[in-house]
Amino acid sequence: MGVTPRRRTFAVAAIAAITAIGGLTACTKKNDEPSTPGEIKLVVDHFGEFGYDDLVKQYEQSHPGIKIELRKTAQLGDYRPKLVRYLATNKGAGDVVALEEGIITEFKANAANWVDLSQYVGDKSADYLPWKYEIGKTSDGKLLGLPTDVGGLAMCYRKDLLEAAGFPADRDAVSALWPTWDKFIEVGQQYRTKTGKGLLDTVTTAFSASLSQVGGDLFYDKDFNVVADTSPAVKQSWDLAVKLADAKVTAKTNTWSAEWQAGFQQGTFAATLCPSWMLGIIEQNSGAANKGKWDVAAVPGGGGNWGGSWLSVPTQSKHPKEAAELAAFLTNADSQVAAFKAKGPLPSNLKALDNADFQAYQNAYFNNAPVGKIFGEGAKTLKPVTIGPKHSSVKERAFEPALQAYEAGRLSAQAAWDQAIKDAKVQGAF
Amino acid sequence: MSLSAPPAPPQLVKPDTHRAPSSRRFRLSRWDIKYSPYIYVAPFFILFAVFGIYPVLQTARMALYDWNLIGDHTFTGLDNFTALMGDEYFWNAVKNTFGIFLLATVPQLLGALFLANLLNQNMRGRMFFRLMIVAPNVTSVAAVAIVFAVLFRRDFGLVNWVLGFFGVDAIDWKGQTWSSWTAIATMVDWRWTGYNTLILLAAMQAIPKDIYESASLDGAGKWRQFWSITMPQLRPTLIFVVTVSTIGGLQLFTEPVIFGDGRILGGAQREFQTIAMYMYEKGFNDLQFGYGSAIAWALFIMIILVSGVNYLLIRRSVK
Repeated sequence: MGVTPRRRTFAVAAIAAITAIGGLTACTKKNDEPSTPGEIKLVVDHFGEFGYDDLVKQYEQSHPGIKIELRKTAQLGDYRPKLVRYLATNKGAGDVVALEEGIITEFKANAANWVDLSQYVGDKSADYLPWKYEIGKTSDGKLLGLPTDVGGLAMCYRKDLLEAAGFPADRDAVSALWPTWDKFIEVGQQYRTKTGKGLLDTVTTAFSASLSQVGGDLFYDKDFNVVADTSPAVKQSWDLAVKLADAKVTAKTNTWSAEWQAGFQQGTFAATLCPSWMLGIIEQNSGAANKGKWDVAAVPGGGGNWGGSWLSVPTQSKHPKEAAELAAFLTNADSQVAAFKAKGPLPSNLKALDNADFQAYQNAYFNNAPVGKIFGEGAKTLKPVTIGPKHSSVKERAFEPALQAYEAGRLSAQAAWDQAIKDAKVQGAF
Repeated sequence: MSLSAPPAPPQLVKPDTHRAPSSRRFRLSRWDIKYSPYIYVAPFFILFAVFGIYPVLQTARMALYDWNLIGDHTFTGLDNFTALMGDEYFWNAVKNTFGIFLLATVPQLLGALFLANLLNQNMRGRMFFRLMIVAPNVTSVAAVAIVFAVLFRRDFGLVNWVLGFFGVDAIDWKGQTWSSWTAIATMVDWRWTGYNTLILLAAMQAIPKDIYESASLDGAGKWRQFWSITMPQLRPTLIFVVTVSTIGGLQLFTEPVIFGDGRILGGAQREFQTIAMYMYEKGFNDLQFGYGSAIAWALFIMIILVSGVNYLLIRRSVK
């Protein structure tokens, strides 16, 4: 009986108080608290590979008092829900966040969430591909996103595997093998006969590439009505995907699946569509052991733009000015060239595209392919496509699953089409 | 009070100097007895109110709105629930959830009962086995799901490799309903069988030994003892175990998501999309938070109903 009741009461009160205070302080502690006073911490949220690691270090050095944290999410599919949560709860978002073309229209619809960057960085319209810059603006002229990259198309292929199957390995000769998709299918069939394997990873990558090649209205028209069932681009791309599946030239590895990621290392397939931002992802998945085995050839069927992003600043950022300046730095000509060299995203900044360093750049991982030349040549002639608010959802949750089911032989072509059109209406609604 | 402070001899104390403190002490001690138990239990109830009651009520409110997660909110009454009743994908998710739940829970509980009975015997290294049986449960669910997703891969997966020795062609585990359900149920069972075994084992050990002794004297064999003594004595524990499994099984989320490469659709034709995944798809991917909330409430009601039915079944069948 060492503790008297009075002491016990006190002890209880003290514990309760400590718990309560501890809980409160735990709640009020912010993760963006500067580590030293006077220092500003900026968080950059992005997905995939943007090639910013060295650039932010450089920025920290030239801007004392600013600390930058890069938060990478591997896949856009995981990134978007996080961003939604940050915006919905009005806390947690980075000071600079990347928005991809498939989701920017949707996020732009709630313009109040985003800082009008023009008040900090002025008018930059002369610096970028005009159509790309326009998409970063709202209809009433607010600048919500600064362009990072565009997604010029190419076909990445495994030099060693094609060679082993008796094809030429040289990139110009490979490009000459498949000027059109029909030729590509022929090559794929020969590859299947020789090796028993699929040449291309899956039909959905060809579907996406074809959408951007045909262009115009994709899933939505200009007024954002869902027109997936009548759009010529969708129909043509769908037919191409079905043809690829029928000819059995694919390895049936769904993009972003474990099989797909392993396939890069194991040689399950020998080619995949590579918009320039995909270079970093291929390198990531293939690993250092496969350096020099991948190469870059021309895409069958002509150029197109698949993907590409913008940098935006959420209004919840405590340092909008500094964040806007950082975004402007990361999207300026020199940074875009540096990012391209690091991870492959193709510049949208006109000066970067004219940069001699960029044009002469060869990617060591891809067998020293002159990627600056390959991607840079067509960049200025890329044509915009109509990207509706739920573009990503319609593509990834209506069309791709239906095509995968068809590719795996679980649905007839008609049933797959019906499923895609039905789901497109649900996914496309906003 | 009387126990902790020996009563002072009255003649040595001036009454009015000591009356005030002692009556304050008395009051404090009475408060202590009356109120401090509430303070002791308060942390749970505060946390429960913040993280349990509030979300439930807020979800109920949001379910009545057309609630864009990052935009406007409009009151729509019961429209979300009406739409839900006619939503083919919702019923598909219900079917998947219950299918996986049955496929996982029935073998899991039978296995747990069997293992608990085994570990309840006198055997060598009993403590070791009892410890090892719960080891899977302390591993993180994401780690388990990732490892199993690799095991069940179509290309280069261990399960297909082993099946290959028996002449079975590579199975696309994510491609069909039965195979995906089996793979997911395996993950769930690997993690939870041991936990349930431990709970059942604890309950078995609480059964007084003399009941078994007198049963033996009366000539009852092991089997008879199991059915006539162990099972009825386990009834409250079985109800607990079944209820917890029901709640966990119907909220299944992480395993199928990771198994399906992080895709919320759960297979190209939603072969293994559970209710929780559909809720996430609608709420966070499609930003229809009101509709997502309606799904959450539908799930809540389903769990209550199923738990109730299980409770009645077990109470009646195990007498």
